[in-house]
Amino acid sequence: MLEMIYLDPLFAIEVVVSGLLSGIMYSLVALGFALIFKASGIFNFAQGAFVLFAALTLVSLIEGALFGVKLPLLLAAAVTLVIMVVYGMAVERLVLRPLINQSLIILFMATIGLNFFTEGFAQMLWGAQVKRLDLGIPEKPWEGLRLATGITLSVFELVAAAIAGVLVLGLTLFFSKTTTGRALRAVSDDNQAAMSVGIPLQHIWAVVWAVAGIIALVAGMLWGAKLGVQFSLSLLALKALPVLIIGGFDSIVGVIVAGLIVGASEKFAEVFVGPYFGGAIENWFPYVLATVVLLIKPQGLFGEKIIERV
Amino acid sequence: MTTASPAAEAQPALLSVNNIEVIYDHVILVLKGVSLSLPEGGVVALLGANGAGKTTTLKAISNLLKTDRGDVTKGQIHFKGEQSNALSAADMVKRGLVQVMEGRHCFGHLTVEENLLTGAYTRGDGRGAISADLELVYKYFPRLKERRGSLAGYISGGEQQMCAIGRALMARPKVILLDEPSMGLAPQLVAEIFSIVTRLNREEKVSFLLAEQNATVALKHADYGYVLESGRVVLDGPAGQLAENADVKEFYLGFSGGGRVNFRDTKHYRRRKRWLA
Ligand SMILES: Nc1ncnc2c1ncn2[C@@H]1O[C@H](COP(=O)(O)OP(=O)(O)OP(=O)(O)O)[C@@H](O)[C@H]1O
Ligand SMILES: [Mg+2]
Repeated sequence: MLEMIYLDPLFAIEVVVSGLLSGIMYSLVALGFALIFKASGIFNFAQGAFVLFAALTLVSLIEGALFGVKLPLLLAAAVTLVIMVVYGMAVERLVLRPLINQSLIILFMATIGLNFFTEGFAQMLWGAQVKRLDLGIPEKPWEGLRLATGITLSVFELVAAAIAGVLVLGLTLFFSKTTTGRALRAVSDDNQAAMSVGIPLQHIWAVVWAVAGIIALVAGMLWGAKLGVQFSLSLLALKALPVLIIGGFDSIVGVIVAGLIVGASEKFAEVFVGPYFGGAIENWFPYVLATVVLLIKPQGLFGEKIIERV
Repeated sequence: MTTASPAAEAQPALLSVNNIEVIYDHVILVLKGVSLSLPEGGVVALLGANGAGKTTTLKAISNLLKTDRGDVTKGQIHFKGEQSNALSAADMVKRGLVQVMEGRHCFGHLTVEENLLTGAYTRGDGRGAISADLELVYKYFPRLKERRGSLAGYISGGEQQMCAIGRALMARPKVILLDEPSMGLAPQLVAEIFSIVTRLNREEKVSFLLAEQNATVALKHADYGYVLESGRVVLDGPAGQLAENADVKEFYLGFSGGGRVNFRDTKHYRRRKRWLA
């Protein structure tokens, strides 16, 4: 690996930064999982399907699926937002609430069912062909940056990362500063104690699923524009898994940082280490990293320590 | 119904429990007809050994049984004259009845102050009123003010008990159901906490229903008491009289006649002798 030292440092920076940028987008997907896990202890296997559902809905509205009227991007996004919030709350109401107090494995099975239902439902409504989503953000490199520093980064990646960053920041503030956010953390700590002080669990869970729907929409927009809106978007769940393991399922901050770590390290590994293994290590490298973390720190790098009560 | 104290008869009870039966998991009958009443401004003790049904009674009142798969299958509970069986726990808190659960149950990953603020969740009277009450809680529990920024999971057991009571106070309740506040605490801390309960009762007009195994302390601070055994009320009366009652002395205060008996003897008697039987 000595050759690495002779590589252009600018190129290395470029690789890492573009890795970080796509890392933020992993964080975004993983955040949808972490949120529901934190509030209700459920691993929502269907979060990836939510992303697909959101992206397909958005594209279809833009293309005029609704009464043949082609909606402009912003209006379509607003309508999709409402649909995702309603869908998230309906799932909580119709699937998870009746299963309250059941064992976790049953809840997990329910979300697997929900995953396939959501995938099928989305494609039944909007069709299964690959669609292009144009958010109007140019895919070209940022010239100013390239001229000034020699680093080539795509404008799209920067804008996407900024959007994801703003959402993540907004959620962090929501959790730490608002009454509902605080109640949500209380519920995730001890749900009977939360009930005892008058926090209605159902209300909090409805909020959580609605927020998961919103996150799915933003992730669906950004990933859909990047990869095309297609069935494989729902496989983003598989990208989120190592992020969750590394960051800790119940840590919002952890998931964000882990997304960045995964994004940067997989790109770096692909470009600089991959050639020694014959390439294409990007896809499994995060899992290796996740396994190592599991062995060293099973609750994840930022997972909440289990506090022993006196 | 068991005999009520003269004080309780004079005014309609703030809280009255009438012959309730509780079943867990559809089959386990735990309360077999429990009745009690808490007058406005009263401090009532609910005594009984492990497994007697104290916690079950309190959760039946605060409507927290559902998450334990328990159900009130018979009898009524009235709070402020309204039948409350069908309400949710949140409705009870809004109406002014909060439970402080056995084992404190502070939110370990929230700071002490955040814990206190969660207590105000159901209130709609604005930030000003809530921060005024926060100061009030800190007045009663100065130690919580010192530790306001610490995670509640890392404070001492006594401080957690204070935090749990303070959190309940933030709802501005008429009634607090307090489940085993003395559990696992040193005698000095127990005394401190009970004296704060007495002050809250006098100064803030909060009524208390206290479930306790520690009858000595509970009867010292209560005006009236009930003794539960295997899901039934077997004895009740004014706290002073209960404290003098031979059975209570023998089983809960550890006295027999004039002297202390050792624990082994007490246990031995317990199997044969029943309350008032
Ligand atoms: N969730 C539950 N499911 C089934 N049985 C239960 C449940 N909770 C309590 N019980 C049973 O109900 C009985 C009364 O329990 P409860 O907790 O009300 O007693 P307690 O007087 O509070 O005792 P302790 O002093 O130990 O707290 C016990 O026999 C207990 O085993
Ligand atoms: Mg108990």
